[in-house]
Amino acid sequence: MKLSLGPILYFWPKQQVYDFYQNIIDTPIDIVYLGETVCSKRRELNTDDWLELAQQLANAGKEVVLSTLALISAESELNSLRRICCNNSIIIEANDMAAVQLLSAQGVPFVTGPAINIYNGRSLSLLHQQGLKRWVMPVELSAHTLQSILTECVEQGIKDKVETEVFSYGYLPLAYSARCFTARFRHLPKDNCQFVCINYPDGILVNSQEKQPLFTLNGIQTQSGSVYNLINQIPSMQKMGIDIVRLSPQSHDMKQIINQYHAAIQGETVSLIANDNQCNGYWFAEPGINSCL
Amino acid sequence: MELVCPAGSLPALKAAVDNSADAVYIGFKDDTNARHFAGLNFNDKKATKALEYATDRGVKVFVAINTYPQPEGWIRWQKAVDLAADLGVNALICADISVLDYARNTYPTLNLHLSVQGSATNYESLRFYQQHFDIKRAVLPRVLSLKQVQQVAIKSPVDLEVFAFGSLCIMAEGRCHLSSYLTDQSPNTCGACSPASFVRWQETSEGLESRLNDILIDKFQPNEKAGYPTLCKGRFEVAGTVYNTIEEPTSLNTIALIPQLSAIGIKAVKIEGRQRSPAYVAQVVSAWRQALNSYKTDPNNFTVKPHWQNELAKISEGTQTTLGAYSRPWQ
Repeated sequence: MKLSLGPILYFWPKQQVYDFYQNIIDTPIDIVYLGETVCSKRRELNTDDWLELAQQLANAGKEVVLSTLALISAESELNSLRRICCNNSIIIEANDMAAVQLLSAQGVPFVTGPAINIYNGRSLSLLHQQGLKRWVMPVELSAHTLQSILTECVEQGIKDKVETEVFSYGYLPLAYSARCFTARFRHLPKDNCQFVCINYPDGILVNSQEKQPLFTLNGIQTQSGSVYNLINQIPSMQKMGIDIVRLSPQSHDMKQIINQYHAAIQGETVSLIANDNQCNGYWFAEPGINSCL
Repeated sequence: MELVCPAGSLPALKAAVDNSADAVYIGFKDDTNARHFAGLNFNDKKATKALEYATDRGVKVFVAINTYPQPEGWIRWQKAVDLAADLGVNALICADISVLDYARNTYPTLNLHLSVQGSATNYESLRFYQQHFDIKRAVLPRVLSLKQVQQVAIKSPVDLEVFAFGSLCIMAEGRCHLSSYLTDQSPNTCGACSPASFVRWQETSEGLESRLNDILIDKFQPNEKAGYPTLCKGRFEVAGTVYNTIEEPTSLNTIALIPQLSAIGIKAVKIEGRQRSPAYVAQVVSAWRQALNSYKTDPNNFTVKPHWQNELAKISEGTQTTLGAYSRPWQ
């Protein structure tokens, strides 16, 4: 079982991004996903910067994947997407069907992220015929459904041809909108957002009026208000034949989290990271916000 | 532009047809459609009657089979496609690629539309669905500005349908899991958002509370109109301030955009609301029919008549309407 680091979902200053990746070079992370997936206005790093960073990480022995925008709604975004999809060297994670279209038309193998709707083995098999080699299931699905999908993959004859990756740690990406909720919180119009996301390196917590953490605002993305954490499900994921476990970058403690997950994969018993605000309900077919033992 | 109208029941379908809808869309009585509500939707007998009533009056019927089947439910989606094909409907509105694939291979002459739940917001995505499943039309999610709709329309390989009126879903449809995060049921998995079975109202000393699966969504003072606890329209607390963090309760109303949408080449406008009463459907369809006819008769002098807006405002959430994402400042 491999460990991956998903794309940074927040807007961090350029130097913070470089420092972050410098720091993970000597960790047991196998696969690193790079790139902006949430908002095309976030340009601390441009496409060339990401490609250069990809090269550096590849030279350090990491498998690198470039992740693309999840909600593509403008011509300019399609143009950037085309450029990324034609890079000829680095594999791409498609987060919008536009990327699936561009990559499959070129006959290039690709990965699909959690924003691509694959809810069954038939859909997975159809996308495999178009070049899909790895997928991350939608975060709202359960272990039980994933097991059924993997069984369907056996029936479809693609079980050994497709890698399965599970979003296992971090604030869950729950929704994408035209509206920027961070700008709205700051009473700014989206067209003059002043890039205020840069002030919220882990998003903005939304509580109910009873102080229950519900959501995290991250620009046009809405995330869970609790950290999804499946570290104690590693043994069952190993039994299911899950190939890769994905950790979603947070601004603090990532090295510790990576090491804990690595230890869990090695079969060590790891106590849960001390944080009351965690959830894992989706994995157990319960409301995602729930925390099950 | 074709006027596509919702029907959650036979009386609602009749209301839409009698008020001169061009097409009516319906769903079956299970989780194969994205408006899966108790007491609504069509079994095969009712669907047969619906088809008769509509086709006798020259109105098309579309069937939405637009949720995402999980492996154990596949047979239900397959049967839904089979039933719709047997009924001879004018089009299927689908989202999941395995459902599209099954329909295309089994019923090659059946028209396929990409549902808004398919979440295609650009023409490259539309090309994928057109090339692989020969879709004839796509419904665009309610996240594009008018200029972005135009960009899609210029290069779209298929006809486009856009939302005209109704509840304002402000997330990219088909890619929103907020409902399952709080209740375990979502539009993609169960065909429901903020399901009624999880709703609880509670009168307290601080006001009327609305809860979804026991989670406080909003609290209303006696002078406030209490809205349904759709989770994205609740009032939450962020850094000490309580406000409609995501969106106010309001309805989308694009009647003023009829000339622009028509100029862009939009082929159909869709009214939302299969969960609404026949009276609601009649009112909305009637106002929109008048507006579209008025535009058709004299496109250069189209003005929005106050009585259309008054009628529509009365039945809007919070009696407010918005142009939503079509208008850039809203974003």
